[in-house]
Amino acid sequence: MTRSFIALLLIAVLLALVPFMMDDFFINLCSQILCYALFAVSLNLIVGYGGMTSLGHAAYFGIAAYAVTWLHTVAGWDHLTSAIGAVGVATGTAAVFGVLALRASGLSFLMITLALGQIVWGVAYRWVALTQGDNGMRFPQRPAPFGIDINGAMSFYYFSLIVFAVSVYVIWRVVNSPFGASLRGARDQPRRMRMLGHDVWMIRWAAFVMSGFWAAVAGLLFVYYQKFVSPYAVSLQQSAEVLLMTILGGASTLTGPMVGAIIVTLVKNVASTYVERWNALLGLIFVLAVVFMPTGLVPGFRRLISRKKPAAAPADETATPPAAAPERAS
Amino acid sequence: MQFWLIQTLNSIAFGGLLFLLSSGFSLIFGLMRMPNLAHGAFFMLGAYFGATFMNWGANFWIAALLSGLAVGVLGVILERGLLRKLAGNAQGQVLVTLGVSFIIADVCLMVWTGDPVPVPAPQWARPPMFLMGYAFPTYRLVVLVIAVIAAVLLYLLMERTRLGAMIRAGVDDMEMARGVGIRVSLLFMMVFMLGAALAGLGGTIGGPIMQAYPGLDADMLPLALVVVILGGVGSLMGAFVGSFAVGFIYNFGTALFPDFAYVILFLPMVAVLVLMPEGLFAGSRQ
Repeated sequence: MTRSFIALLLIAVLLALVPFMMDDFFINLCSQILCYALFAVSLNLIVGYGGMTSLGHAAYFGIAAYAVTWLHTVAGWDHLTSAIGAVGVATGTAAVFGVLALRASGLSFLMITLALGQIVWGVAYRWVALTQGDNGMRFPQRPAPFGIDINGAMSFYYFSLIVFAVSVYVIWRVVNSPFGASLRGARDQPRRMRMLGHDVWMIRWAAFVMSGFWAAVAGLLFVYYQKFVSPYAVSLQQSAEVLLMTILGGASTLTGPMVGAIIVTLVKNVASTYVERWNALLGLIFVLAVVFMPTGLVPGFRRLISRKKPAAAPADETATPPAAAPERAS
Repeated sequence: MQFWLIQTLNSIAFGGLLFLLSSGFSLIFGLMRMPNLAHGAFFMLGAYFGATFMNWGANFWIAALLSGLAVGVLGVILERGLLRKLAGNAQGQVLVTLGVSFIIADVCLMVWTGDPVPVPAPQWARPPMFLMGYAFPTYRLVVLVIAVIAAVLLYLLMERTRLGAMIRAGVDDMEMARGVGIRVSLLFMMVFMLGAALAGLGGTIGGPIMQAYPGLDADMLPLALVVVILGGVGSLMGAFVGSFAVGFIYNFGTALFPDFAYVILFLPMVAVLVLMPEGLFAGSRQ
């Protein structure tokens, strides 16, 4: 408890100090990482804790981004109402898609989420009157929460950090709540859970909807950051990217998807300065991650540490990497 | 009248094309229990290969067979080299096929650039045919004939040969098939090769209608998914009926409501999911 608490405090201080150590380019990169980390954590709710691998998660992310842009620029709503409306639309879509996708389980679930995600992509790409198709939509101006201007790199970073911290805290509470326990139960032993009187379908559906909700919040961060949304935000590549983050870092841990988001976003940004497109690299990392690290980085490291621990001196505590997992604190 | 006739013919031809794509997808899914997400990329590769072979002077049919063969070999490499290592980890296999499809798509973009590459139809099939006073695009009829021949051959393979019986046994009950001495791992390789080769062949055959362009893979893969969701996994008959159903819906959707074609395409899928989650032609497998 105390050890992971110290680690958490350390990370928090580190995150808060980021803007003082870097220039605008890296601060923006960190804002981007926070957005994708929240997106990956939201997906992890169903992939890691629920055992349901979705390949259409960009749908809720992108719908929120499109909806907030449309509501704000076309319908003329103010920032707060359009943000709430957008999250509502995306979560509602998740609720409907969840009903359809949860008709199946396992790989059929994956296939259906992929197909549903492609519907959303089709609308974004082809329904030009609504979404301006391939040209995408501009989001003119970032909001000013409580009158604070967040147009600068630094202030936007803090805005993202606060949203991220609050969201992850809530998700952490959910994961460690009785609901989180029943979700893991539904993943591991659905028949026993049914015998115990739990409505497994309802548990899964609720997790699916929650996951869509947080993806929508990440989608808002995304469009505020980019001030632009195009069909890429709802594409299969985007869904695959976030799934890669989740799996690479280690699904079913809270920190894993964040580590995955950091790595993937960094690789993407570094790669894009050298190569024009990064899809082949994305594919390659995907293949390597699945073949060589099936459980992901964070659980792998944790196993490494716990194997070393008996041999290492107990005073070695400060040397532990900051991968300490808050969810094990309970 | 002309509009409806032509669109009907287009739909049937497109359905035939989809059958070439999705029959292999369905068989692989049925036997190996995994959707091969590289199937759209195989199709696209087939189209590019066909165009290239014809550039090198091969005639249309040789080019189609060669690209089917080439993509089939690629399928074997993928199955032997990667999927085999992940036996028992179906989710890992799916993700690997997705990764491979991204790699293929990017390599295609590098080799053939972003501009669409036209795939010429055979010389004699280019002028339209006149039947009862209406002009019909000849090549669409050719596609239909090829698809029907492929369907008949596949049917004979599955129902009348020893190999087909073994594949059916594997689809129905893999444990039992292993138990009676069928080398299931060998079957995997052959079915994967067959499926990939069909997709590659389909790519070249579909080339004159669709052209080869970046993004063709992402356009075709969801269609194969919908066909299999409609027709049920591992069922040749289901793939056949599903392909033509999707061909009609997609074609008429595109012609009548261009903005919503893609959405309309998925409506029957949604309906089937709600009413019959196992698909219209779910086999004996539960």
